[in-house]
Amino acid sequence: MNFVPNTGEQREKLLARIGVESVAELFADIPEDVKLKRPLAVPGGMSEPELIKHVKGLAQRNGTVEEYTSYLGAGAYEHYIPSFVDQLLLRQEFYTAYTPYQPEISQGTLQAIYEYQTLVCELTGMDTANASMYDGASAFAEAALMSCDVTRRDKVLVMQSVHPEYREVLATYLPPRDVEIVEIPYQDGLADLAALEAAITEEIAGVLLQAPNFFGGVENTEAIAQLAHAKGALLVVAADPVAMGLLKSPGESGADIVVGEGQSFGNPISFGGPYLGFLACRDKFVRRMPGRIVGATVDKNGKKGYVLTLQAREQHIRREKATSNICSNEALCALAFTMHLSALGKKGIRELANLNLQKAHYAAQAIASLPGMSLAFSGPFFHEFVIKTEKDPEEINAKLLEDKIIGGLNLGRFYPELDHHLLFCVTETKSKEDIDRLVARLGEIA
Amino acid sequence: MRTMEPLIFDQSAEGRRGASLPLCDVPEVAVESLIPADMLRQQEPELPELAEVDVVRHFTRLSTFNHGVDTGFYPLGSCTMKYNPKVNESLARLSGFANLHPYQPESLAQGALQLMFELQEDLGEIAGMDAFTLQPAAGAHGEMVGILVIKAYHDHRGDKKRTKVIVPDAAHGTNPATAAMVGYEIVTVPSNERGGVDIEALRSVANDEVAALMLTNPNTLGLFDENIAEIAAIIHEVGGLLYYDGANANAIMGITRPGDMGFDVVHLNLHKTFATPHGGGGPGSGPVGVKEFLAPFLPKPVVVRAADGQYTLDYDRPLSIGRVRAFYANFSVAVKAYAYIRALGGQGLKEVAENAVLNANFLMSILKEHYHLPFERVCKHEFVITPKNLKSYGVHTLDIAKRLLDYGYHPPTIYFPLVVEEAMMIEPTEAESVETLEKFAEALIQIAEEVKTDAELVKNAPHTTLVTRLDETAAARKPNTRWRKA
Repeated sequence: MNFVPNTGEQREKLLARIGVESVAELFADIPEDVKLKRPLAVPGGMSEPELIKHVKGLAQRNGTVEEYTSYLGAGAYEHYIPSFVDQLLLRQEFYTAYTPYQPEISQGTLQAIYEYQTLVCELTGMDTANASMYDGASAFAEAALMSCDVTRRDKVLVMQSVHPEYREVLATYLPPRDVEIVEIPYQDGLADLAALEAAITEEIAGVLLQAPNFFGGVENTEAIAQLAHAKGALLVVAADPVAMGLLKSPGESGADIVVGEGQSFGNPISFGGPYLGFLACRDKFVRRMPGRIVGATVDKNGKKGYVLTLQAREQHIRREKATSNICSNEALCALAFTMHLSALGKKGIRELANLNLQKAHYAAQAIASLPGMSLAFSGPFFHEFVIKTEKDPEEINAKLLEDKIIGGLNLGRFYPELDHHLLFCVTETKSKEDIDRLVARLGEIA
Repeated sequence: MRTMEPLIFDQSAEGRRGASLPLCDVPEVAVESLIPADMLRQQEPELPELAEVDVVRHFTRLSTFNHGVDTGFYPLGSCTMKYNPKVNESLARLSGFANLHPYQPESLAQGALQLMFELQEDLGEIAGMDAFTLQPAAGAHGEMVGILVIKAYHDHRGDKKRTKVIVPDAAHGTNPATAAMVGYEIVTVPSNERGGVDIEALRSVANDEVAALMLTNPNTLGLFDENIAEIAAIIHEVGGLLYYDGANANAIMGITRPGDMGFDVVHLNLHKTFATPHGGGGPGSGPVGVKEFLAPFLPKPVVVRAADGQYTLDYDRPLSIGRVRAFYANFSVAVKAYAYIRALGGQGLKEVAENAVLNANFLMSILKEHYHLPFERVCKHEFVITPKNLKSYGVHTLDIAKRLLDYGYHPPTIYFPLVVEEAMMIEPTEAESVETLEKFAEALIQIAEEVKTDAELVKNAPHTTLVTRLDETAAARKPNTRWRKA
């Protein structure tokens, strides 16, 4: 099965028109010594039924969050996606379409992105947003670089309460651009404001925060914004899109650039990707934003339409002077996000956020009352919380697994000082029965 | 006359909902008792309120404003808009792939890890590389990983002199943009009359300050640079490394491999060569392959197979450049590429390249009689023509592209590569029939005739699309990037 329509006879016709005897002649300008002299050793050549059987075999070797009840979050969240979303995503005009560089035949994609940008702005409390980036982590790094570009400073402060993998990405993106990263410790599960205040100087381009943070904690974004602005630094906040249905928007709290992971809406957890980085900022920074941006305009007849705009920032025009090297966005993932949110609506998102909040707190309270378990931090949290355990978390999780429960994330893997701590996430996908079962089982194990 | 679709925000009606949520089954407490009131949102975000039927109609109508590969031919040079096999969509959606959390125990993800491992191996064989990472989320992301690996290699050798990256003038914009992202200075080399890299110019800039040369072969003109061995030697002799932009890999699978041409680092585009859908601009996937000596620098984690056959994520990589994204890969995109590769097998992949090159040369042989062909030589999977022969009629490439829209085609890539004035780059791919190619050629020939008899018709195109030419200048001057409630 190779999806090549032309048969042998038709290929003869092509060769004749070109004026060569064989296809090999078309590769004659490739030097002999770089030509492959053997077949490619790549297994395959399957018919569709054989392919399905083979790949299904691989899928079946995995245990899913449908078969297991999972309490993992940490940057990838299980949320219920309405059935219509995937069915609309299968409309070929959406998924087989190219980047909308020819706007006349791409108004579907362009308008959908304009709506996506609007939704991101509404959630984050920002003026403008781009058409999406690869994921929350890389958007975070690009926002950090943006803060350096805007302030013309080359040092950033990042909280240790930010997702460890986001900080790793930061540490890959920033040093080659001679930007220094300083980490600010956390205190009782939240950014240490005293340490932060001491570290903010006029050398700092950006203060980088995740709110709610990696531990689920609700940060004092407003206070941090004030500290940053007092010294002319920008505040970059990585936010959770579901949480923003309930919590004050980062924009309202003083953020200058807001990024985050949009996977929670419309996109399955899918073993870590493809996900969806959103990036939004104040109007005055629009020309410094990386990535594609869709703008509204009119055609020759005054009819309203949408186009990719401010392209002079991008690589295909500015090359080495571009705001970023990014070319693609995560268009289809952004479309899924837009569809899901459009169906939820302003009241639905609050209800969803509340469901997450209530269930997580119900679980946290119940687990914390068990012997050998306690809530590690005292501050407010959204849908994730950290439990300190007397027993080895690996042991606890191994026992839970026997009951087809995937327990919280062992934080020792990222924070050596938190080696007896588990990060639990409870979304609306967990019923009271599920949670009670988890608590009961934990009680038996402890 | 088709009308535009109102914004979804303008279709909102209070109290409507399109997505259902279960009731709260745990004892509910006041939100203010859990989160301080001053941290709560006081004003609702202006998300629209619609019933499911209206949401579905809105996006269905929007989709009808788009042209996809399944609608018609997309001869976009450098993009490889080949047919996206439907079986791959079904397979990527299997619960056994879609419902895996990246941090779940590896024992529960053996199928996923095996798929990634095998894909890494397959790409290594196809590209002639020893190790691959699936981490990058797109081609440009892969370029960044590749250049970071090269930087790490030089840093590890204690060589601080390497501040430059050489890029041909015909290169894709992401190449210099990537090098700049990684802090390098860009040195541009010109192309020669045969469309390849000017060897003498390259020799004159190759020195011990050069970290790498970024190249694609066949190049962005669709031409194979026969001097590749000499180019590789020039760079390697001064201690630099060779980076391969895999955008044009569709031309050479099974025929030659960048690893055998002398390249040290490669990125491939799963959304081009390996038939995963473009999605209107993403998600893509840009795996990076390296020769053995660079493997320690790859992003972590790397999927490895232990002696006992278990697949695992190896984080013990002290020389790794780190991470460029959270988690491991655009996994569902990798599933689609894996399925495509298994469907084809080695022989099928070679037939892809052969037919891609055959189709391109066929189209070129027809169109060169009606348009200007800057390089009179056999092309690979794509070729460049220009309307230089029609210059006196005052018509530009943009106009021809817009007129093609009226014929129901997505235009070829225009104004790229920059080395050819008014370029139109055409890449048919292997997945098109001779009838499709002939009809497309006829359309372009007819437009060339229209230019001569009715230039205004072409200059004012398109005429039959949903919207006519849009005012991009106004869009950029006063950016309107979002709806606002009145």
